[in-house]
Amino acid sequence: MTTAEKYVTAAYLVVLAVVLLYVVIYAFKLARLEREVLRLARLAAERREAGEAPRVEPAEPVRTSI
Amino acid sequence: MSLRNNRGVALASTAALLLLAGISLAFFWVPDDVDQGFSQRIFYIHVPVALTAYACFGWGAWKALRLLWTGEVRYDLESYTAVHMGVIFGILTLVTGSIWARISWGVWWSWGERQLVLFLVLFLFYSAYFMLRYSTEPGPRRERMSAVYALFGVVLIPVSFLAIRLAEGFIHPTVFTRDGPQMAGSMFFVFCVCFAGTLALAGALYANELLGKRVDASLRELEEARA
Amino acid sequence: MTYFGDVAALARKDLLLELRSRDTLPAMLLFVVSTLVVFHFALPADSSDVAAGGLLWVAIVFTALLGLTRAFAAEREQRLLDGLVLAPCDRSAIWLAKGASVMAFLLLAEAVALPAFALFFAPVDVTLVAAVLLADIGIAAVGTLLAAMAAASRARELLLPLLFLPLAIPVIVGGVGATVADEPARYLGFLALYDLLFAILSWASFEYVVTE
Repeated sequence: MTTAEKYVTAAYLVVLAVVLLYVVIYAFKLARLEREVLRLARLAAERREAGEAPRVEPAEPVRTSI
Repeated sequence: MSLRNNRGVALASTAALLLLAGISLAFFWVPDDVDQGFSQRIFYIHVPVALTAYACFGWGAWKALRLLWTGEVRYDLESYTAVHMGVIFGILTLVTGSIWARISWGVWWSWGERQLVLFLVLFLFYSAYFMLRYSTEPGPRRERMSAVYALFGVVLIPVSFLAIRLAEGFIHPTVFTRDGPQMAGSMFFVFCVCFAGTLALAGALYANELLGKRVDASLRELEEARA
Repeated sequence: MTYFGDVAALARKDLLLELRSRDTLPAMLLFVVSTLVVFHFALPADSSDVAAGGLLWVAIVFTALLGLTRAFAAEREQRLLDGLVLAPCDRSAIWLAKGASVMAFLLLAEAVALPAFALFFAPVDVTLVAAVLLADIGIAAVGTLLAAMAAASRARELLLPLLFLPLAIPVIVGGVGATVADEPARYLGFLALYDLLFAILSWASFEYVVTE
């Protein structure tokens, strides 16, 4: 490959890399969301069984949304 | 508030098709530029990405205006996500532009490249947007301040561009020039395909991220209702 | 009270406060002169007056930042901003009044800075003074709004420069251009355009920034 070809390919690959990086970060966020949902679902089920459930502190600090 | 992701799926599929087609065309079908040779092909990703960034900032400003006009909370998330997309594509513009400068003139940065300088200023401006959001308590005040700031950004775009042009009057003039593309029909076609593709990509990322933020917000409401 | 009556009352309050406490203005004066001295040591031997002219604008912008950081400090410390907002006046009157007092501080600081610059570096001509006046309007207009935003956040002193500097770039371009370029009129016109656009935008959007 000539130098020009290398640089041009690099430019397109950078775009791909950034998009894929975004996907990876997003995957982590979705995993966290799923953990939260499952936790809340479990607590809701426990509360339904127990009737009046005691207050539970959140396991993860509730993140300030940005 | 719909939590189905039909739009996200549709946009992502469209983006995949268009970008695959566009990039293939850019590499294999379109002829070399007469002046710049093979390296001109960066144009087909650099300019669409730049224009998409502008579109995202404009979209964010539009949603900001809607927020200030109607006060509906959803516009805050939409504006914020749009600005986020704009910054991502802005970074891509800076990187691809820098690579193009490297090929064309051997330097990684050129103050004479007006688009690049403009994106640098905008990058600084919109990065401060995130600083603003991050250091303010969530609530209607933060939503409004973010919206006002997003509107300022969109006014800043033409003003900055004018400033950068004027600055060339007293800053040491650079010798680098690049002829604006006198595009053959085939080149314009490939450009359009790539541009549509990057817009669709931005739209797909936007739709997905917005959905994620809405789920996040719903979860937080659930958390607070429970506790 | 009329709109301009409100503005006058609020501006007078700020200026009286400053007259009594005397904290912001002396700091700005000292800061701008110190900065000019630093520039002397920062400019290599064969730098032209043109370079010094450019640096003058850096000094002005950073001195303005100093003053702006203090602009809503009094209100913050005594939570007066909530009271002001509840007052039966148009919120934009607050912006106009605060902007006017910021402008007054800037003008006073420059009344010292420009003679100092003429003494240390190069003569000051009418174009430069005109550019400084026009730039002050833009800085005060945008800076007051951004200072109100920063006042509502947790990282106030850190945030204001981050918000302000990108918006100050066109002002610097206009100012330096008017100072050093061959055709200052274009740059003065550009400064006027900036002032018009951003003053209107700031005036219209201020109430959204300060209300809860």
